[in-house]
Amino acid sequence: MPLTIGVLAKQVIDPDMPTAAFSIDSNAHEVTVPATIPPVVNGFDENAVEAALQIKDKQEAHVTVISSGASFALDVMKKPLSMGADDLVLIQDDAFKNSIDSFFTAQLLAAAIRKLGGFDLIICGRQASDWDNAQVPLGVAEFLGVACISLGRKVEVNSDKVIVEKIIPDGYEIVEAGLPALVTVSNELGQPRYPTLRGIMAATRKKPTIWTTNDLELDSAALDPRIKLHDLFVPQRDQVCEMIEGDDAADSARLLAMKLREVKLI
Amino acid sequence: MPEPTGVLVIGDINESQLGSTSKELIAAGKGIADSLNETLSIALLGSSLASIAQHAIEAGADQVYSIDNPVLETYHVELHLTALCTLIAETTPRIVLMGRTVEGRELAPRLAFRLGVGLAQDCLEISMDTSTGRLLANRPVYGGSAVAVVSCEQNPQIAAIRPKAYEALESDTSRSGEIIAFPIELNSSDIKTKVIDTVKEEAAGIKLEDARIVIAGGRGLGGPEPFADLQALADILGAGVGASRAAVDSGWVPYSYQVGLTGKTITPEIYITVAISGASQHMAGCSGSKVIVAINKDSEANIFKDAKYGVVGDWEAILPAFTESVRELTQN
Repeated sequence: MPLTIGVLAKQVIDPDMPTAAFSIDSNAHEVTVPATIPPVVNGFDENAVEAALQIKDKQEAHVTVISSGASFALDVMKKPLSMGADDLVLIQDDAFKNSIDSFFTAQLLAAAIRKLGGFDLIICGRQASDWDNAQVPLGVAEFLGVACISLGRKVEVNSDKVIVEKIIPDGYEIVEAGLPALVTVSNELGQPRYPTLRGIMAATRKKPTIWTTNDLELDSAALDPRIKLHDLFVPQRDQVCEMIEGDDAADSARLLAMKLREVKLI
Repeated sequence: MPEPTGVLVIGDINESQLGSTSKELIAAGKGIADSLNETLSIALLGSSLASIAQHAIEAGADQVYSIDNPVLETYHVELHLTALCTLIAETTPRIVLMGRTVEGRELAPRLAFRLGVGLAQDCLEISMDTSTGRLLANRPVYGGSAVAVVSCEQNPQIAAIRPKAYEALESDTSRSGEIIAFPIELNSSDIKTKVIDTVKEEAAGIKLEDARIVIAGGRGLGGPEPFADLQALADILGAGVGASRAAVDSGWVPYSYQVGLTGKTITPEIYITVAISGASQHMAGCSGSKVIVAINKDSEANIFKDAKYGVVGDWEAILPAFTESVRELTQN
């Protein structure tokens, strides 16, 4: 029986887009992005795909990527398939427009996982680079009632156990849990693999499963909003930078050192 | 069903003492409790809590719920969750404040999910809207590029506060309060994860969180070798060396060097950046620095919006002369 692995992945605004391009529609409480900047798969979720594929490199495993969102760019969301994941399930619904409500998202993803029959192991990125909530994976673990290990930098499966190197300040712990389990990972896991040409070709042939919230069995109370967003703004920065300029780079360097000495910082 | 009332702080214990997070949360909670004219309580979980409970009162709590159980000597999230769910069900606080600490990162969301409520995560500032009875929380989002103001729709309203966002109040040894023993039956069989081993990877040199001066390098350094030059400068100043996420992800320095939203949060007196653009995720880890000094070849770089002193230019031309001048000036 192959090991079944579910990976939760989110499509987000590119966090590396130039700061100048970042602006907020203050009425809609939404970030607006120029059409020239395409969305990406959340960076930590690519680490999660990589963790799943590293397990698949060593043992027979089937990797399903699951995502929820208001709309999807298929070429973006197929990247995990190009990397080597087997299936893609997208839950597309306007209700996800304001994904700051982790409770709502976690309920829906847990329902989708139940509908898919559950997984031996679920791997998630530690947080999404838009709302930085770092909650959904923990909520999914709670709703499914599975063991939960967060901030993994290495994930291995040995018969019916998952063994994780969990990041702690100044080092790591080796933590194990029985399957089924959910693990979150961080960038310390290492660079995610690039899609191969073969992977890209295979991915173009794959059709994602697309559901809406109507396809999922949900408790209506579960859908009540838990978080209200009152405002979204770019904070004012009052700092004025004193630019130190000398005759050349070396001169500027000397002047900087002298300035720091003058103000008794060094 | 009793009306929810009061502010409950979830306390932390560090080396058998009241943790600094507890004191910061008490400071944050005091303002809220005062504006509501309600009680400020703190929950302490551990064993032999008597003197810690007293310190919590002195730090500003009106009331301490002491959950004293030898099985709590070692932290297990499942046991904390059971204990806190029981306490909250019985005491029905209006507001619950937790620290977004190493443990809080897992405990706070799971507690909220278990109670069926939302969590305002990583809050920098909280205030009470007394007309609606809702706690308003300011929290950084989009890697710190924006701030969201959120509230939780159900009770209890739970907020996880960023460490050091609030300063502890002056301890008052004359303060008195109530220490309430709250025994809870806890089952070790609830524990689902097991720590097999702990491996310390102490970075050589000064600990970043403790360093008065930190020198950090970024993507613009182009490779691992320039970090030796940063280390040489750090050695003269007795400074720590950090890095941006780009530098650690490229494998130029160990992950322990990473300063940022998902790396270390540091508050040195001086933070000197070399070839770091100053993306908001990085600034989230160092914006608490007293003074930021930036060296970057791009005059439009974001870092110059947060720096107090800056030099625009190529680090390769600037750093050697800077290091030499610092050496001369400090060795007098």
